[in-house]
Amino acid sequence: MNDDAPTIESPLHAEHVALGATLVPFAGWSMPLRYSSDLAEHQAVRSAAGLFDLSHMGELHLDGPGAGAALDHALVGNLTALAVGRARYTMIVAEDGGIIDDLIVYRLGDESYLVVANASNVAVVAQELAARSAGFDAVLTDRSLDTALIAVQGPAAAEIVVGLTDPAAADAVRELKYYASTSATVGGVAALVARTGYTGEDGFELFVPAAEAPGLWRTILAAGQPHGLVPAGLAARDSLRLEAGMPLYGNELDRTTAPHDAGLGRVVKLDKPGPFVGREALASRAHATPSRVLVGLVGSGRRAARHGYPVVTSTADDAPVIGSVTSGAPSPTLGVPVAMAYVSPEVSAPDTELAVDIRGRREPVRVVALPFYRRSH
Amino acid sequence: MSDTPSHLQYTAEHEWIEAGSPATVGITATAAEALGDIVYLELPEVGAAITAGAVIGEVESTKSVSELFSPVTGTVVEVNTAAVDEPSVVNAEPYGAGWLLKVEVESTGPLLTPEEYAALAAG
Repeated sequence: MNDDAPTIESPLHAEHVALGATLVPFAGWSMPLRYSSDLAEHQAVRSAAGLFDLSHMGELHLDGPGAGAALDHALVGNLTALAVGRARYTMIVAEDGGIIDDLIVYRLGDESYLVVANASNVAVVAQELAARSAGFDAVLTDRSLDTALIAVQGPAAAEIVVGLTDPAAADAVRELKYYASTSATVGGVAALVARTGYTGEDGFELFVPAAEAPGLWRTILAAGQPHGLVPAGLAARDSLRLEAGMPLYGNELDRTTAPHDAGLGRVVKLDKPGPFVGREALASRAHATPSRVLVGLVGSGRRAARHGYPVVTSTADDAPVIGSVTSGAPSPTLGVPVAMAYVSPEVSAPDTELAVDIRGRREPVRVVALPFYRRSH
Repeated sequence: MSDTPSHLQYTAEHEWIEAGSPATVGITATAAEALGDIVYLELPEVGAAITAGAVIGEVESTKSVSELFSPVTGTVVEVNTAAVDEPSVVNAEPYGAGWLLKVEVESTGPLLTPEEYAALAAG
């Protein structure tokens, strides 16, 4: 990332400024870190609802008779097998199996797919998709800049979004399955409504034309307020996804990591018809013992492990390093420090007692199965 | 923009100190805002000898963690246990009820005037 490059403003920039958000540079964009309080925003999403601007995410459309086959070749998933109206969590990897990005692919029609990429990786994903789909009858269009993405997440999300949906589509939105999408008019705006999210709660993601986003944002804020909805920033998004055990590209996932390392071997469809980029490398990984395993760690004290801190076998000063923390924070919901880390397989079983070197002091942690938090409602 | 009370002195590491016997030490509004909601404070114990410029504690939020540097050399005579129990007071009133330590000062480290600190915090 070039630090001197001008940052891109979200179509909702003026809304964030009006709400007094703290704006930070994020993957080339200027985005809200928080509006008032990280904790209050986090807790609102767990107990009521939060409204997120995710317009920095990339929207890449692939259309044409060969679109599905092109994605089967370009990605690790089986996208021709995806039903129209459904979505899949998948990945694009390099020839060596290293993860270029994790993606959500929506099948919008027989010959129409939407690939949602992380903001930091949109350019490389677009470049790779263009190169990998070159031999197929499909057209790639990057609509990242003219698409706004607004997420409504939390137990009250369905009531809020359904309440704003045109009556003709309200039932379809109410009954929308997790990882499914439908076209609907919400708050008077034609939207692609998806039941997806990154918080561990029920919720929706609304893809709308950038020019329509500010009006829809204000409509949802006003309609959601009686339900306890608040605008929520990137800080809350990160602590929510960590509690939900969801990986973040750049932390749990990167070019040196294969899907199997992250416990996500299930997204690799080795049995799909035809070759795909990275297949050979991933086929050999599928049956090999991984050199490291992604685990959850829960601390007993107050100090939280953070990205890059060494995981050691015990609190003893001479205990050897057996892993590295990828994400960590004091969990607002659980009230204890939580972290994700890559560790050696022999110490990856739940209830294994380990320690993390937190700025020179070794704090005890226990291995737990992910996620840390699972919603009950 | 964060306020910078004119009766205090500051460090480049975003602590403030109010002269007195004992002197009072805290973190600035700029520091508290940058951290976000503070959930944990680790402070030295009463009686601890502290050295100007040395790390004497930690201020942790959901989002990040920051070390606390001592602005002075001296002895800790009081710790704000109310803030340790309920660290959100540091966000709410960083220059008031969110103070961290009272210290009998032997000597001070390099300190900034409110004008100098405001310029640094704005930069």
